[in-house]
Amino acid sequence: MLLLLEQVLNGLQLGVMLFLMAAGLTLVFGIMGLINLAHGSMYMLGAFVGATVTQATGSFVVGLLVAIPAAALVGWAVELAVLRRLYARDHLDQVLATFGLLLFFNALVQLLWGRQPLFMDVPEALSGSVELIPGVPYPAYRIAIIATGLIVAMLLYLLISRTRLGMQIRASASNREMAEAIGVNTPMLYSLVFALGAGLAGLAGLMAAPILAVETGMGESILIETFVVIVIGGLGSIRGAFLGALLVGLVDTLGRAFLPTLLRTVLPAATADGAGASLSSMGIYILMAAVLLWRPRGLFPAPA
Amino acid sequence: MRTQFTFMLMAAMWSVSGIAAADAVKIGMITTLTTKAGYLGEEIRDGFRLAMEQGGGKLGGVEIELLVEDDGRKPERGKQIAERYIKRENIKIITGIVFSNVAMAVVPKVVRSDVFYISPNAGPSKLAGSGCHENYFNVAWQNDNLHEVTGKFVTDNGYTNVYMLAPNYPAGKDSLAGFKRYYKGKVAGEVYTKLGQSDYAAELAALRAAKPDAVFFFLPGGMGINFLKQYSQAGLSGNIPVFGPAFSFDERLLKAVGDAAVGVHNGSQWNRDLENAANSEFVAAFHAAHNRYPTLYASQGYDAARLIGSALAAVGGNLDDADAFRTALRQAKFDSVRGAFRFGPNQHPIQNLYVREVIKDADGNYTNRTVKQVFTDHADAYAKECKM
Repeated sequence: MLLLLEQVLNGLQLGVMLFLMAAGLTLVFGIMGLINLAHGSMYMLGAFVGATVTQATGSFVVGLLVAIPAAALVGWAVELAVLRRLYARDHLDQVLATFGLLLFFNALVQLLWGRQPLFMDVPEALSGSVELIPGVPYPAYRIAIIATGLIVAMLLYLLISRTRLGMQIRASASNREMAEAIGVNTPMLYSLVFALGAGLAGLAGLMAAPILAVETGMGESILIETFVVIVIGGLGSIRGAFLGALLVGLVDTLGRAFLPTLLRTVLPAATADGAGASLSSMGIYILMAAVLLWRPRGLFPAPA
Repeated sequence: MRTQFTFMLMAAMWSVSGIAAADAVKIGMITTLTTKAGYLGEEIRDGFRLAMEQGGGKLGGVEIELLVEDDGRKPERGKQIAERYIKRENIKIITGIVFSNVAMAVVPKVVRSDVFYISPNAGPSKLAGSGCHENYFNVAWQNDNLHEVTGKFVTDNGYTNVYMLAPNYPAGKDSLAGFKRYYKGKVAGEVYTKLGQSDYAAELAALRAAKPDAVFFFLPGGMGINFLKQYSQAGLSGNIPVFGPAFSFDERLLKAVGDAAVGVHNGSQWNRDLENAANSEFVAAFHAAHNRYPTLYASQGYDAARLIGSALAAVGGNLDDADAFRTALRQAKFDSVRGAFRFGPNQHPIQNLYVREVIKDADGNYTNRTVKQVFTDHADAYAKECKM
């Protein structure tokens, strides 16, 4: 029982991490209709810049303050230089161009930082563990990730539903021409949204840096899961991204934790271990297929 | 008279250039220089080049032209490069592959085309056993070796309830099989994770609940960094000792793991502190050239180059007589940086295997210290299946 609770916490933590990534990706798709494979590169940049700055200054907060604007700035520049030309093109062109960007960023990071993975430690204040559930010490840093994710989700909700900027974002998502006609500066808005998404990806990368290896290509593995999240949640919907992310996080974690044990009750141990490992790594894709069969536009599609 | 002189001069020049062309032996290196594992190929290449530089561009006194290509960890890319090396460049010696799945795609075809393949890393069981070949030499180890030595060490130290993790792919399964060949206690859990997985929170929670007295893991490259960091963050590193093969504890990886790895015991065929003249010279020269200490991969690249050099010296750079070159390779007349070294009947190493411990040295660098020689003249388990 305690183990189940601990695994649920792990699932939540993976979920909010995926949400930070998915929010930007789904906004960009919902508003600009752009499929952005280079989103993972912003995650990678956030991690690299954050780790470097933190190492140089010794302060995680400074790392945070530099990494997020850096990712946002790069996102903004990429939007201006490349992606702006792609909005009107079809999805295949966008996929090709952003895949090129992904390769470019991987090579760039390798040039700047080398092939050696970087080291980043958990900030001193969060290095201990907390007994959130009695008897189960849980790393404080992972709790901080969950908290950060939930706060960001809340702020995004407020931004989109309560502010003038949010209103403009919603307006240009549902009808770009009309929004322009009543005076919304859409090119500016697009740049802003893109930079926001990139900044969130940078934040996710920085948060992941103390737990994971900071290395080139780290963005790709999370990008695939992020796409699963936004497909399940419904393309273009922040609410869908949030719930989709939590769902994917929980299914993936609980599957990995309990499927092999469950299979052992019906299969011989050796077969169960192999099959359990294979099945649990397919878990989120099976979930995606099931959701698509049931609701082809995802769980919470953005209003068309 | 004058015409005659010119003629002689021309003839002399022609013969000189002719000798040079015949003498420069081309060696083709297919290795992994990109992806997350790119540093492995970099180490092998740097070790190999170091041996060449020490000989002034020569190995065994024979001029060498080294061609290096990146396989990007992809078997099909490796195959294309090998094909080009053999058909277009007319190369007779190939080396360099890091990953077993690439080696399995490339090596059998290469050795059947009368080309020698000297493996500086990958040692899949198939190529040591039923798939062995007279043109295939492995100068590093057979894949199971470093897991076997760890298994023996864990058993010898009285651990009886071990939890094991490896990625869900052939080399992962081989690794646990190798470990269990010498580990005699109970299995607290045997978990296969997704290849390339980055977060191990779920596995760590299950591990804690299983209450093992030790953990064995084989998670090469970035996976190992993630696992060790998270293991320490979960507060487990003080309580349950971790063991693994050297692949997750090389100097470059340790730099990214930091303190979380200190004190971990791991199995290896080589270490920086092994005392023999060849090794001290190698470590010092490598450090002088690259301003970093070599990893075991670099030592393997270096040994591969020196093995080739010893055989080239024996045949005077003439590869036309393949049998003579092969015989010279089998004798392995070079001073390996790991000390005693010879080839078994399947042309895989018979060597001593050690257990090392991760330490932080006086300068604050993370490295390994040799703790114990566990196996002496250890051969692999597949040699008897090899019919050459």
